[in-house]
Amino acid sequence: MSEWTPIIGLEVHAEMLTRSKMFSACPVVDSVEAAPNTAVDPLSLGMPGTLPVINQLAMEYGLMVGLALNCEIPPFNQFARKSYFYPDLPKGYQISQYQYPLAVNGYIDITLENGDIKRIGITRAHMEEDTGKLTHVGHGASLVDYNRAGVPLLEIVSEPDIRSSAEAEAYARKLRAILQYLGVNHGDMSKGILRFEANVSVMHKDDKGFRTRTEIKNLNSIRSMVRAIDYEIARQIKLYESGDTVKPATLGWDEQNGKILIQRYKERADEYRYFPEPDLPIVEMQPEYVESVRQKLPELPDAKKARFMDVLGLSEYDARQLVAEQAIAHFYEDVLAAGADAKSAANWILVSLFSLFNKEGVDRETVNDTPISAANLAELVKLVDSGTINKGTGEKVLSMMWQTGDSPQAIVEREGLAQVSDEAVIGAEVDKVLAANAGLVDRFLAGEQKLFGALVGKVMGAFKGRANAQVVNKILQDKINERKS
Amino acid sequence: MTRLVELTISEALNKLDAGEITSVELTQAHLDQINTLDHTIKAFITVTPELALEQARQADELRAQGIKKPLLGIPLAIKDVLSTKGVETTCASKILKGYVPLFDATCVARLYEAGMVMLGKLNMDEFAMGSSTENSAFFNTLNPWDLERVPGGSSGGSGAAVAALMCMGALGTDTGGSIRLPGSFCGITALKPSYGRVSRYGLIAYGSSLDCAGPMTRTVEDAARLLQVMAGHDPLDSTSMPDPVPDYLAALTGDIRGLKIGIPKEYFVEGMQPEVESAVRVAIDKLQELGAQIVEISLPHTEYSLPVYYLVATSEASANLARFDGIRYGSPVQGEDMWDTYRKTRGQGFGDEVKRRIMLGTYALSAGYYDAFYGKATQVRALIKRDFEQAFQTVDLIVAPTSPSVAFKLGENVADPLQMYLADVLTIAVNLGGVCGISVPCGFGMGNMPIGLQLIGPALGEDVLLRAAHAYQTATEWHKSLPPLVQV
Repeated sequence: MSEWTPIIGLEVHAEMLTRSKMFSACPVVDSVEAAPNTAVDPLSLGMPGTLPVINQLAMEYGLMVGLALNCEIPPFNQFARKSYFYPDLPKGYQISQYQYPLAVNGYIDITLENGDIKRIGITRAHMEEDTGKLTHVGHGASLVDYNRAGVPLLEIVSEPDIRSSAEAEAYARKLRAILQYLGVNHGDMSKGILRFEANVSVMHKDDKGFRTRTEIKNLNSIRSMVRAIDYEIARQIKLYESGDTVKPATLGWDEQNGKILIQRYKERADEYRYFPEPDLPIVEMQPEYVESVRQKLPELPDAKKARFMDVLGLSEYDARQLVAEQAIAHFYEDVLAAGADAKSAANWILVSLFSLFNKEGVDRETVNDTPISAANLAELVKLVDSGTINKGTGEKVLSMMWQTGDSPQAIVEREGLAQVSDEAVIGAEVDKVLAANAGLVDRFLAGEQKLFGALVGKVMGAFKGRANAQVVNKILQDKINERKS
Repeated sequence: MTRLVELTISEALNKLDAGEITSVELTQAHLDQINTLDHTIKAFITVTPELALEQARQADELRAQGIKKPLLGIPLAIKDVLSTKGVETTCASKILKGYVPLFDATCVARLYEAGMVMLGKLNMDEFAMGSSTENSAFFNTLNPWDLERVPGGSSGGSGAAVAALMCMGALGTDTGGSIRLPGSFCGITALKPSYGRVSRYGLIAYGSSLDCAGPMTRTVEDAARLLQVMAGHDPLDSTSMPDPVPDYLAALTGDIRGLKIGIPKEYFVEGMQPEVESAVRVAIDKLQELGAQIVEISLPHTEYSLPVYYLVATSEASANLARFDGIRYGSPVQGEDMWDTYRKTRGQGFGDEVKRRIMLGTYALSAGYYDAFYGKATQVRALIKRDFEQAFQTVDLIVAPTSPSVAFKLGENVADPLQMYLADVLTIAVNLGGVCGISVPCGFGMGNMPIGLQLIGPALGEDVLLRAAHAYQTATEWHKSLPPLVQV
C-alpha cells in the first residue's frame, strides 16, 4: 500500500436549463450552436443602468438539486457581487452567492468497486450567473461571445472526502444522473453545460493536516477528469518524493497529449471583494414552499434502485446498472410498461442490448434514438419468454431489429424463425438423427456422456436452431432410454 | 402677460388645455431661453431641439384629438445619469462619451408616456460624485443667481436649468443630497423620494442602495405632478416598492394643522452660516403659525452619516463602475494588450474624484478590511435608519436646513475634498435611512443667495411631505423669486 493518500474535492458548475437567463428575460440558447452574441440583451451585456431580476424557476431548480443532494435549506439566501476584471464578465462582477448560499451540508452516497457504500459530503450549493466565453484567435486577439453570459449556474462544492479517481468518477456519474433525473441539466460536459473542477492534494501517512492543493480545470469529460486526477496525484507524489514541493496553482488538462498544463501559480489568495448585491432583495425560503418543491421531486436514482430491487426483485448490481443513466432507466421502465417481465427485460438490456451498443459504439444515453424501440424490445422479451422463439434466435432477431428497425414479430414471421415445440415433429427428426448416427449412440450408451450434446446439436441443426431445446432434450433422452431398455 | 418660460407646469397645463398656448410655442420658448442663456450657465450637455419640437407637435396633435395625459406637452430636461433611448447619455464622463442607450430609464419612459417633451440632458458631477458639478468631465455649470458660484451638485445642471427657466422641470438623482443640495443652492423645489418609490432601472448606478431619482421644479405642486407619474413599482427593479401610489395632488390640501414636526438638534451644526440658521428658524415659525406643532427631537447617530456614506456609497461604486472598460460601449483607449487597454481606458476615462471613490471603495471591501469598514458601516447605517424610525413614531415630519451654507464659489472647495463632502452633511442621513426629503426656498443669505428649507418624511410618506411643503409655499413667496439674470 502506498504511503500517500489522495485528497480530492470536486467543484461542479451546472447550468440550469431554464428558458431565460438568471437575471433577465434574455433567452438561453445552445452556446455551441448559436451564432455569437445573438442571445444577448442590455443586462447580459452589462449596459449601464440595467438591473437584475431573479429568475424564480432557476431558483426552484437550484432548490430541487439542493434537496436531491440531501442538503439543508437555510431560511434565506442572499446574492453577492464577486468582483474581478476580465472581458468575459460584462459587469466587472459576477452575481453569485457567498455568505448565505441556497443549500448547505448535503451528501451523495456512491457505490465503491467492492460494493461498499461511501458517503461524500456536499459543502454547499449556490446560485450564480455564467460568464461569457472568450475565444483566442491568435495575433494577440480574442473574441468574446456573451450568449452564455447570465445563464443560470448552480455551483456544487463537495467536501474533500474523495480518495481516488474511481471515487471521483462514481461521484461525478451519480451527481450527473441526479441532475438529469431532476430535468434541470442534461449533463453535456463537452458543451460545458456541466463542468467539473478537481481540487487535488496528497497526504502522507505521517501527516497531521492537509498539504497544498491544486485545482484542475478544463475537464471536458468524466474520462478526462479521471485521467487528470491520476496524473496529478502521481505528479504531486513524485514532487514530494524528490524533495520538492507542490505550489498552489490552477492547472489545465490537455486531453490530446494526456498531460497537465500549469495555467497560473496562485501567489496569494484571490481577492474578489464580495459584498451583498444591493440590487436584489434577500431570498426567503418559506418552509411550505421548500416542502412543496420536495413533494414534487421526481424519483431519484437511489429510490429507483431500491424500488427495482424491492418491487421487481432485481439484484443490487442489475438495479444499479439500470438506474445509472436516466435514459436507460426510463427505457427499462418503458419496456416493462409494454408488458415485458422485469427480470427478463433487465437481462436483455444489461447483457444483449449493451453488448450490441458496445459493438456499434452507441452511447447509452441515446438509447431512445436507436432503431430498437422499447415497445419492440418488450415484444422480443415476450416472444422468448413465451417460447415462441428460443434465446439464441432472440439474439439473432435483436441484431436484425438493429439493422431494420422492424418489430420482432414481423422478423420472426418473415424469416420463419418461430420455435418448433411440436413433440411429434421433433420426435420424427430425433428418430432420423439416431438412425443416421448409430455409432455415436452406441458410444454414448457405452458411457461417453458428453456425446449427448453432439446429438442435441444435430437435431437442432436439422431445425436450423429453431427447435425448442427443452423438448429436444427430453425426447432425445426418452428415445435413447428406450433403446437402452 | 407672463412670459411662457415663467409659467409653472400647473399654469402651463391650464393654458394648454384652454387652447391659449401650444406645446410648440411653450417648447420653443424654452429652447430660446436655452439659446440665450446656456452658453453662459452651461446646464446642458446635450440639447435635443428637433426631438423636442417633434414631441411638442405630437403633443399638440394629441391634445387636439381630446387625448388627456398628465404632462402632455410639458418641456422637461433630464440629468445625464438617466438613460434616454437614442440620446447620448454620458454621466458627464469621458468614458461614456458617445454612448447612446438602447432603452429609456423607467422614470423617463413614464414621463414620455405622460406626454413629456424632452429638451435635453443636463450636466452633473461625473457619475453623480460631487456637490458642485465641478467634477463634470466637460465643463462647470454656473449658478444663475451668481455666475461666480456653483449650482451645487451633483444635479447642478438640473438645478441651474430650472432656476434659469430653461426647462419647466428636471429630473435629478440623489445619492447623498444630489437633488436637494442644488435645489437649495439654486432656489428651487427639489424632492428626493423614498428609496424604492421611483424605479432605478436606467439610472446609471453610483451607490445602488442609496440612488434615487426625483423631480426638481419651481413649485411643490409641480413636483407632485412629476412624482405622480414617476412613482410606482417596476418589475425591472427588484428594489422598487410594490406599495400603491397615493394621489399626491389631492394630498396638497394646504392644511397642516395638527401636524407634528420635529427639529433634530443634531442638524443645527457648528459652522452653519447664521443667515441660514435664522432663515430656517423663521420658516419653522411659519410652519407653526400654519398650525403645525413643533417639537425638538434627536437623531443621535447623525454624526456618523458622513463616514458611513463614504464607505457604503464608494464600496458600491467600486463595483458599479467596474463595467466601464470601453469594450462594449463608451470610449476605449487602445493599449498594448488587454490589461493595458483596461488601464488606459479607465485611467484616462475617469476623473480624479471618481478614481478617488473607486479606490476608497475597493479598499473598504478588501479582504482583512471588510469587517472594519464596509461591515461596520452597514451596522451603523442600521442605527441611523432606526433613528428615523423612532423619530417618526412621535413626529410626522422633520425640519432642518438643506445645507449649512448657501452656494459657495467655484473652485472654493476643489482643493479640499473633505470640505466639499461637508456640504452634504445635512442631506446624507436621509439617503442612508431610505426616507424622503424635500428642499424648498426659504430666504436669502450671504451674497443674496437662496437658502433651502429641508423637510424630511418617513419612507413612503411623500404625500405628507408634499402637503407640508406646499402649505409653506402657499403662505410664502420665496419660491417665486427669480435670479436677476432671467428677469426681464
